[in-house]
Amino acid sequence: MLYAVAVFAPLLGSVVAGFFGKAIGDRAAQAVTILCMLLASACGVASFVSLVYQGGTPGVVDLGTWVDAGSFHVSWALRYDTLSAVMVAMVTCVATLIHIYSVGYMSHDNSIARFFSYLSLFTFAMLMLVTADNLLQLFFGWEGVGLASYLLIGFWYEKPSACAAAMKAFIVNRIGDLGFAVGIALVFFTFGSIQFGDIFAAIGQHSADTYHVLGGTWPAFEVIGVLLFIGAMGKSAQLGLHVWLPDAMEGPTPVSALIHAATMVTAGVFLMARMSPLLDHAPGALAFVAVVGGSTALFAATIGCVQNDIKRVIAYSTCSQLGYMFVAAGVGAYQASIFHLLTHAFFKALLFMGAGSVIHAMSDEQDIRKMGGIWKKIPLTYTVMWIGSLALGGVYPFAGYFSKDAILEAAWASDSASGHYGFWCGLIAAFLTAFYSWRLLILTFHGKPRADHHTMEHVHESPAVMTVPLILLAIGAVVLGFLFRDQLLGEHWQAFWGQSIQIAADNHVLHAMEEVPGWVALAPSVLGFAGIALAYFMYMAVPSLPGQLASAFAPVYRFLLNKWYFDELYDAVLVRPLMALSRLLWQVGDATLIDGIPNGMASLTSDSSAQVVKVQTGSIANYAFAMLIGVVALISVFLIFR
Amino acid sequence: MGGAAMTWMSLNWTLALPEIVLSCCGMAILILGVVSRGNFFRLGCMLTVGAFLLTAMLVLSGANGVGYSGLFVTDAYSVFVKLLVLAAATLGVVMSLDYNEHENLRRFEFPVLMLFSTVGMMLMASATSLMTMYMGVELMSLSIYVLAAFARDELRSSEAGLKYFVLGSLASGLLLYGVSLIYGFTGSMDFALLAKALSDPASASPGLVVGIVFVLSGLALKVSAVPFHMWTPDVYEGAPTPVTAFMASAPKVAAMALLVRLMASPFGHLLAQWQQLIVLMSIASMLLGSLAAIGQRNFKRLMAYSSIGHMGYALIGLAAGTQAGVRGVLIYLVTYVFMNIGTFALIIAMRRRGRAVEGITDLAGLGRTDPAMALGLAVFMFSMAGIPPFSGFWGKYFIFTAAVQQGMWALAVIGVLTSVIGAFYYIRIIKVMYFDAPDEAFDVRPASLSFVAGVGGLFTTLFFLYPAPVVAAAEAAAKVLFG
Repeated sequence: MLYAVAVFAPLLGSVVAGFFGKAIGDRAAQAVTILCMLLASACGVASFVSLVYQGGTPGVVDLGTWVDAGSFHVSWALRYDTLSAVMVAMVTCVATLIHIYSVGYMSHDNSIARFFSYLSLFTFAMLMLVTADNLLQLFFGWEGVGLASYLLIGFWYEKPSACAAAMKAFIVNRIGDLGFAVGIALVFFTFGSIQFGDIFAAIGQHSADTYHVLGGTWPAFEVIGVLLFIGAMGKSAQLGLHVWLPDAMEGPTPVSALIHAATMVTAGVFLMARMSPLLDHAPGALAFVAVVGGSTALFAATIGCVQNDIKRVIAYSTCSQLGYMFVAAGVGAYQASIFHLLTHAFFKALLFMGAGSVIHAMSDEQDIRKMGGIWKKIPLTYTVMWIGSLALGGVYPFAGYFSKDAILEAAWASDSASGHYGFWCGLIAAFLTAFYSWRLLILTFHGKPRADHHTMEHVHESPAVMTVPLILLAIGAVVLGFLFRDQLLGEHWQAFWGQSIQIAADNHVLHAMEEVPGWVALAPSVLGFAGIALAYFMYMAVPSLPGQLASAFAPVYRFLLNKWYFDELYDAVLVRPLMALSRLLWQVGDATLIDGIPNGMASLTSDSSAQVVKVQTGSIANYAFAMLIGVVALISVFLIFR
Repeated sequence: MGGAAMTWMSLNWTLALPEIVLSCCGMAILILGVVSRGNFFRLGCMLTVGAFLLTAMLVLSGANGVGYSGLFVTDAYSVFVKLLVLAAATLGVVMSLDYNEHENLRRFEFPVLMLFSTVGMMLMASATSLMTMYMGVELMSLSIYVLAAFARDELRSSEAGLKYFVLGSLASGLLLYGVSLIYGFTGSMDFALLAKALSDPASASPGLVVGIVFVLSGLALKVSAVPFHMWTPDVYEGAPTPVTAFMASAPKVAAMALLVRLMASPFGHLLAQWQQLIVLMSIASMLLGSLAAIGQRNFKRLMAYSSIGHMGYALIGLAAGTQAGVRGVLIYLVTYVFMNIGTFALIIAMRRRGRAVEGITDLAGLGRTDPAMALGLAVFMFSMAGIPPFSGFWGKYFIFTAAVQQGMWALAVIGVLTSVIGAFYYIRIIKVMYFDAPDEAFDVRPASLSFVAGVGGLFTTLFFLYPAPVVAAAEAAAKVLFG
């Protein structure tokens, strides 16, 4: 019951704020949504605690039949197990803090009720996604998240760039969704059901199934795994389908925090963990996941090193951290991926909202080259940004240290080629992550002020409604790691996870990661400190060095600055040809042919009309003549054809 | 002739009581009009309406049978047609009340002419002999010639009357020549005897066939089927509007009913031979009716083409040559009469500062200046275009169903296509009324016109709720011809 309240309270808040926001006013809309979120997070945490620590029984909360057609049955149902409960607790808590923070951040906006309605809708969609008991309901939440993200990224719809970003996010996600939808269809085709319980129970019977298409034989689980992962790639912005994520910065900063931390991008990782019983029997698909994850981690980190927009740097770090999570999933350490998802949710929300606080202080300036020298003026923001960066950089004892190290250890311990590839990518990315995090910190807060005098005078700490959530998130970013490390990944992980994560009998990666060589455990920390040192050297000690490096290695610098030219590549390979094709279909196919036929018929009709009317001369003689001709014609017809 | 002829010798004259009573009323009103001082127009109209209602009651209560030695018949078919004709004529007289006052046409002969024309139509409905048929047609036509030229000081009206008279005389000539040919080749004018003589299609000689075509042509002019339609637009436009309204409804019903009876009963066995003529005329009428109407700016002229098109649709039912087809024709005529009369009532109501206007652009913005009138016209236009749930749709529905049952797909398809074209000009009127910038408002509408439009509108709108009585009566009437 509490569980259902946790899921549906945000919907209630969203509906009230969305439909009655005008009537009740912005203040009341804020109050209602935040109260609903507080209720939801209380219920979410309570149901998590009662399940995991008070011996609650996992189960399914049935809400009613949705589709009942032939052999296809789907119910609205909330799945109550550790994986869902932990996600519900995390999503509701982080989203609540973001709601509260938004009161301060959005205080000057014109449509506050609409913003809070969308935020709550976003949260609700994510909760539907993580509590789904079947793939269709999961897809419902999945699309709901896509819709809400579209609405929020394009929240300032009068800005063309925001509209473009919203459309980009929606369209890129659609590509992934196609893979996901086909995957769901194949699951139904193979298992005859899309209920998780039925699927997981029948894993053994179908593990040898194959599809015969395109002249080849394909193992069923591998195909399904890859298709589901393509869906996850879209939502979780993995290499190739990542292009929407940096552009999503066009939305208000709390939206970025919500997208990057609690909702949306974590959906793909969650899907991997949710489908773990199936994926664990698809080694090929898992290797693919690990390789894409590792590549994304490294690729996004390289771009993060040269970006100058404070939110974009953090956006690429999200991309990179999601890569880590997929590496973990790809080596069978689903627990580690969810663990990193949890810690990441807190420190990434913290970083984004800290960045929001900086932007707020700097009169909406986002370029870190125009900041600097403000750490004394906004000490609290400065402190929480430090904590967030320490967690992101993986410094002991902050949360990121535990989760990131666990992933890298698991990747090494998996003892597979894809796992080792993920390990090395992750290791280099760890170095780069530390580097760009401190680059960001130093450029933003230290050195000489580079903003104009006017802006500097206005630098001020944010109000309490914004700083209190920051402090709470900072606490999470500090303590979550060592609080949960042993419960989630330790020897007794099954006591925590129950049946929500089922792995194959030969999957011993969690055990093996405890016994990796000492250098593997140490390397991330060492490289992290090296990255921090390099950043300090380049931006604090010798500030002229970055410029010299950039001009010395201009092609490399431009390559990174332009994000590996992915947007340009897609533009040339996909967008332009598609536009050309569409224009052809529009101008030739539609405007000329399809419109031409009815238009031609219409003009034929009106031309005939003009001709017909000409006969009508008004002269009796003509009329009588026409009649007689008619008689003759009729008689002829009659006599000839009778 | 034998024994059967002997029973016909008894005249059975009471069968024609409605016609006799109506004629007597007509003469009485005529006498009263002549002797009365002051203007008798209004009272004459009232008396005529009363005479029509009385006649309708007599028609309803009369017995069925054949009288006057086989010249005259009363059956379900004739009763159906006569009631429809009387209804149309009554509404036509009511419509003229106000118009004639305004246009200085308040002469008592007007309703009397309508009355005698109606007697002719009733005769046509009951005709079972070529001679009765000719008498009915002539009585109806002669009255209408005069009515068309009733606004004798106006050039357009006199021209309309003359045009109609000359072409009508030509048609009468064709008709009579056809009758004589038929009589010459079969030796009979009686429908029943003709049917018996022609029961073997192979026995039809070319001379007889030519005679049938001539009769068909003469009647086709009355229903204004292409190619005998040429008079219609000119006469409709020139005649006083109530006359146009009358001409477009009651005589069309009577002529079409007569045509159907003639083709179905004496020449019924020759179906395979005349069918293609009807098909040709039907297609040509539908095409011309819908195409030519597009270019029209005058509402009355538009209605002329519209009625040509509608008669084309009705001919589809005759072309099917089945009981279902004839039933379709009758239902079509009923729906046509009511929406047509309603439309004309509103056309008569188009009067600005005392002057009648008839341009389509004069309707601009009517939706704002007179919402009720605009709504009424919109209903009639939608119905004429054949859009459900209005009665016009059902009329077309029964017709097309009958054609499809007979496998006449091409005819049905052409019918649907032309009604799409027709929808263009009907709906353009709605566009003009609701989307164009408003013109000056029309004068206040007299109650008589609101009444007529209301009757037409209610029938058109509500027909779909309870069509059973009309459909059942049409079914019974059609059964007479095929039973």
